[in-house]
Order: sequence, then C-alpha cells, then structure tokens
Amino acid sequence: MSGDAPMRSFAANLPAPEFTDAAFVTPVPLAEAKVAIVTSAALHRANDDAFGQDDASYREIPRDARDLVLGHWSPNFDRAGFTADLNVVFPIDRLEELAERGVIGSVAERHFSFAGNQPDDLATIIHDSGPAAAAELKADGIDVVLLTPV
Amino acid sequence: MCVLAHIIEAAGIATVTLASMRPVAEKIAAPRVLHGEFPLGRPLGKPGDPEFQHDVLARAFALLDAPSGPVLESHPEVIEESTDAVSCQIPPAFDADASPAVAEARGIRKAYDRIVERRGVTTVGRAIDADTVPAALEALERVIGGTPLKEAELPGKNTVAVCHDIRTYYEEAAIELAAGPVAGGRAIENWFFDETEAGKVVLAARAALSDQGAPFPFWFYMAPGHR
Repeated sequence: MSGDAPMRSFAANLPAPEFTDAAFVTPVPLAEAKVAIVTSAALHRANDDAFGQDDASYREIPRDARDLVLGHWSPNFDRAGFTADLNVVFPIDRLEELAERGVIGSVAERHFSFAGNQPDDLATIIHDSGPAAAAELKADGIDVVLLTPV
Repeated sequence: MCVLAHIIEAAGIATVTLASMRPVAEKIAAPRVLHGEFPLGRPLGKPGDPEFQHDVLARAFALLDAPSGPVLESHPEVIEESTDAVSCQIPPAFDADASPAVAEARGIRKAYDRIVERRGVTTVGRAIDADTVPAALEALERVIGGTPLKEAELPGKNTVAVCHDIRTYYEEAAIELAAGPVAGGRAIENWFFDETEAGKVVLAARAALSDQGAPFPFWFYMAPGHR
C-alpha cells in the first residue's frame, strides 16, 4: 500500500497561488555566497516553542544547533529518515563541508523553519511571516537560500 | 516551499528550492527548483549518505548559473518508498498483567532511551512523554472497547498529538533496534502500523472514534491517510 502516491495526487490538485512579475535575482558567485537554509519541516530546537496546528510562524535555528525536533503535524510522510540523519531534511553538515571546501562562501549563522502544513490560502505566510523571515535573511547578509520541503 | 522561494527572492535573495512534487513545483514556478522524486520527508534523498546528499546539492546550486528563470530540473535518480517493513526485533516482554501493546511499549523502552541518549533529543513530547506511552495505549484500548473519548481519560487529550508521540516513540526505538543501513522511506512506518501491537491499537482506536461519530480531524490524522 503506497503512502506517497495519494499525497502526490492530492497535492497536485490543490490550488496554487500565482506570482506575477516574479523576481529573479542574479546572485554573487557561489564561492562567495553566504548560504542559509529555510525548511518547511517545522524543525525547532527542543527547548523552543513547538509549532501548533496551522501555525504560520517560523523559528530560528542557530548554525550549531543539532537538537532539532521535527514538529510537522502531518502523519503523511516518512519521519524516520530525519531521525536517522537530520541532513536528509536540513543539510547543515553538508553546507559546512561545502564551506570548508570553498564551494560556497560561508554558512549563515542562523537558519529558518516554517511548518509545511498550512491553511490553503497561505495568507499569513505570503503577507506576514514569509516577508518577515525574508527581511531577517536580508539583514543577515544572506546571498543564497536553499529551501527544503517536508 | 516554492511560495517562500518567491517571497525571499522578492526581498533580493537568490533561492534554490528542493521540491518533492514536480506538478506542484511547475504550478508555483519558483525561480530555481531541483525536483527529486524521493520518498516524501526525505528531500535530500538518502539519510546517512553524504555523497548522495552532496550530489543533490551540487545539482541544486548549479541552477544558480542560469541567466534567467524560472528553471526546473529533476534529479536523475528516482527513489521509491519502501513497501516492506524494516526488520526489527522487538525485545520479548514478560508482563502478564499488561495488554500486548502495553507490554510491547515497555519492552522497547531501553532501545528508545539509548537513541535519545545518542541523539541528545527526541521528537516525542507533543502531548505526552515516553513515560506516558503505556497509559496512552491503555486509554486507546478503552476507546476500542467502546468507551467514549471524553471518558477514556486519554493523557495528553489531543488524539492526533498523542498518536504522533506513540508512533515517534516506536520509530525512534526502531532505528536503534534495526541493524544495518537506514531503512527505506516508510519502512519504519510500515513496521509500526503493520507489525506492532501499538500500531494495531492506534488504527483500531481511530476506526472506533470514526464509528463513535468523533469529529473528522480528531481521528483521521491519527495515522497516515492511506491507512
């Protein structure tokens, strides 16, 4: 019995917001770029506030934090991969390795996490918490954001 | 995720999005997307495989070289979810006074404690802690026996959160108990729901709550939708 297939069919038929005049930024060379991760896996530190159901807020994840809890409310995806290796959702150790090798310029001091399970209209994320997180990333001098879903 | 990419790009930061569902990524058309047909919940594809994860990241970051967008590519490797259950030996439980599920939950406690010690963190705790898992299973057994939810004295109260914690307690222990490399996507979920006594209790309690006429969100999200 497949679990992923019905989720894929369900999601493919959800309404999707349209972005007209979408921005497309030309970044600095990757070897000079400061890179941050933004995930929708509802990750948070063990001592940080948990995500509620339909929670459109976000949490900061410091660069060195590994005490991360998978706070996503949906039961409909594999969670064991994250438990075995958080990099399969939040590839922070891989970014550190890329920085050591000089492939990317540097790793951001803080990263951000949203909850992927959201009300269908996404209004709060589009108009409030999303732009707020983007402003924080901009203030941190981030050049490239890697987004990882769950 | 693709929506956040648009928002962050609009703030003047270049984004690269890993996407699990190509049709969704096509509709939202984020600036740069690497789609990976990997098990849901594993956007980097393979836990415990840094080489593969670096391959995903290299393909994703290569999209930054595109002069204009949106650009959407797929990773060449498709990884299917596992249809089998992980092979996982549950320690025998000797507890004549407890139900099979409660004895089983007590039996895996040492494995759970070992992985929490090793990882330094647990995702159990949304509504109940590990100490409370046996009592939660007893309450769900009362629901199966016909007790209305309000009278079942379910610790943690929120059925969805409690079942999340029970499942997570088992899944974390299973990673400790299963030998070898990390199991495929959903292999540990399959073990919990298909092979453990607790998984059977969760599914039966969910069916009982549905039969009792409990509100849909109270019972449906106690387990994955396809179950």
